[in-house]
Amino acid sequence: MSTAPETVVAATEKPRIRITDSTLRDGSHAMAHRFTEEQVRLVVHALDGAGVEVIEVTHGDGLGGSSFNYGFSAVDDIKLVAAAVDEATRAKIAVLMLPGLGTVKDLRQAHDAGASVARIATHCTEADVSRQHFKAARELGMETVGFLMLSHRATPEKLAEQARIMVDAGAECVYVVDSAGALVLGDAQERVQKVLDEIGREAQVGFHGHQNLSMGVANSVLAYQAGARQVDGALLALGAGAGNSPTEVLAATFERLGVPTGVDVSSALAAAEEIVRPMVSRIPHMDRSSIVQGYAGVYSSFLLHAERAAERYGVPAHEILQRVGEAGYVGGQEDMIIDIAMQLAEERDLGDLAALGTR
Amino acid sequence: MSKATAAIVGPGNIGTDLLAKLQRSQNVDVRWMIGVDPTSDGLARARAKGVETSHEGVDWLLAQDELPDLVFEATSAYAHKANAPRFDEAGIQAIDLTPAAIGPFVCPPVNLDVNISAPNVNMITCGGQATIPIVAAVSSVVPVEYAEIVASIASRSAGPGTRANIDEFTETTSRAIEVVGGATRGKAIIILNPVEPPMIMRDTVFCSIPAECDRDAIAASIHEMVTRVQEYVPGYTLRADPQFDDPREIWNGHARVAVFLEVLGNGDYLPTYAGNLDIITAAAARVGDLMAAAKTGVSA
Repeated sequence: MSTAPETVVAATEKPRIRITDSTLRDGSHAMAHRFTEEQVRLVVHALDGAGVEVIEVTHGDGLGGSSFNYGFSAVDDIKLVAAAVDEATRAKIAVLMLPGLGTVKDLRQAHDAGASVARIATHCTEADVSRQHFKAARELGMETVGFLMLSHRATPEKLAEQARIMVDAGAECVYVVDSAGALVLGDAQERVQKVLDEIGREAQVGFHGHQNLSMGVANSVLAYQAGARQVDGALLALGAGAGNSPTEVLAATFERLGVPTGVDVSSALAAAEEIVRPMVSRIPHMDRSSIVQGYAGVYSSFLLHAERAAERYGVPAHEILQRVGEAGYVGGQEDMIIDIAMQLAEERDLGDLAALGTR
Repeated sequence: MSKATAAIVGPGNIGTDLLAKLQRSQNVDVRWMIGVDPTSDGLARARAKGVETSHEGVDWLLAQDELPDLVFEATSAYAHKANAPRFDEAGIQAIDLTPAAIGPFVCPPVNLDVNISAPNVNMITCGGQATIPIVAAVSSVVPVEYAEIVASIASRSAGPGTRANIDEFTETTSRAIEVVGGATRGKAIIILNPVEPPMIMRDTVFCSIPAECDRDAIAASIHEMVTRVQEYVPGYTLRADPQFDDPREIWNGHARVAVFLEVLGNGDYLPTYAGNLDIITAAAARVGDLMAAAKTGVSA
C-alpha cells in the first residue's frame, strides 16, 4: 500500500500496479488445501507488513471448494477468512468463487466474515454464469474482480467480449487468467490489450500468471506495459502447477522498472523465505508434469490430482495431463482425471497402445 | 385401450423434445401444445406433428370444454408458480420441468411410486436426474453421510435460464441428493465446457460409505440402478465399474465410492451430446407414462 498520498506523486512517476497475493488461495492447491488458522495468520501478518494491498484467502477452488472432487479443507474457508481479516491492519481480504461450485450464499458468509473483495471466476468463454454473483457482490458493497480462467483457450477478441459481460454485470476489474501457464509473452500481452480496449474506460484489467513455462513474471510485466493495473502473485510461487508469479519477484522486478507497487521488497523476500518456506513440504517447481501443463494447456490445479490418480492407477501423471489437455477439460473437471487414469490403465492392461486417443 | 390426455405448456427446446418422446408413449396422448407467441417455431413444429396448438397460454387451455389429464410445464419457475394452483383446481396432474419445485422432487426409479398420485411433481434438475439414482442405489445398501455430484455439460446445452441462475442448479440438486437420494448431506457442482465438438454430458457421483461394508453389494445395487434408468434413457452408461477408495482420515474415516457416468441423449429433437436436457425430458416422459398408466388402470 502506498503511504504517499496521490497529490505528492511526481508527474513523471509511472502508474502504480496493485499486487494481489494469492499464497493463501492459489497456494492452497500446493498445500492440498490444508492451511491452518495459525499459518494463515502468519502469512497475512507478513504480507500486510510488507505492504501488500490485497490478500486472497480461500480454498484453492474458491468458496465451497472443500469437497471430494477438489480436496477437503483442513479448516473451513470462512474461519480462515475471519482470521485473515482479524490479522490484517491495512490489507483487504479477498475471496475467490467459481459459479457452479460456490454460491451467493457462500459469498454472503465470506462478506459477513469481513472479506471485502469478491473475485468471481469462470471459464474464459462462460462469463455469463457470473452475473448473479457480481450483482450480489456489488449489493454487499464488495470490490469486484472478474477472472477469465484458462485464457489461452479463447482468442483475444473472444476474451474481450467475455470481459464486457463481466463489466456489465458489475466487475470493476477483469483479469486475464493464465490458469495453465500456457500464454507465452505476446499471447498474454495481446489478450490484455484487447480486453483493455473493450473495458478500459470503465474497469481495470489484471493478469494472473503461472510458472509452468516460466513466463509468470515476464507476462505480468508485459501485461502492465499493455495497461494492466493489477497482477497476482504468491510468495515462493506457492500455487497450482509450477506455481504463480512469485510475489517477491514481482515486487523486485517492478521496483527495478520504476513501477510503484507499494510492496517493500525486503519484507516480501523475508515473508517468502522465513514465513512460507518452513510451512511448505513441496515447493512448486517446473517438473515434467507441470511443464506438460503449460505446454498442453492444462488447468494448473490438476497437478496434484493427476499425481494421486497416477499413483492409484499406476500410470504416469504427465500422460494423464497430456490426455486432459487433448480432451479440452476445463477448470473444475478434476473428476475427469480419474476417468482418464482409468482409461490409461485399461489401455496399458490391454497392451493396446494403438488405442491412444481413440476413445 | 384408452390413453390419458396431456398438454405441454412451453414449446421451446425442452417442450419439443418432450413431445417427441411422449408421442411414442402407449399411455399418453399429447393433444395440446401451449405457448404465448403466435410466431413460435415450437408451436409450428407441434402443429406439423398433428397436435392442436394455442399461443394464448394456459388461459386458453383451461377454457376448453375438454381438459387434459396431465400437463407438462416447460416454461419458467415464475410461470409455473402462477399456473400450478390453476392446474390443481382443475384436477390436472402437473409435471413440472421448471425450477419452481411446488410439488415433491421426483426421480422415476427412486420415488415415483410414492408420488404417482401427487397433484404436482417436480423434475429437480438435469444433473439431479442423472445422479440421484446412483446416490439412492448406494444409500439403499449403506448409510451415506455425504454425497457429492459433478455434472459436466456442453456449453451449448446450457440455456440462458441456467446461466442466469446457476446457484439454483447447485442448491436444488444438493437438496434433492438429500431428500430423494437419501444422503445426509448433499453437494452439487456443475461445469460448463465449451470444447468442440461438444462434450457428451458426464456425471460423477462420490458417496462416502462406511469403512467396513459390503462393497460388492454396493456395486451390484449401482449396476441394477443403471439398468433401471436405461429403461427410459438408453444412453445412460457407466464409464467404468464403481471405484472404491479405502478410508481416509480427511474423509472422517469413511471410505468412498466414485461412479463415472455418461449420458448420451436420444437425439429426438435435441442433439445427442445434450444428455443433460435429454435425461430431464426422458424422466418427465417416464413420469407421465406411469402416471397415465395408473390413471387408466393399464400396467406400464
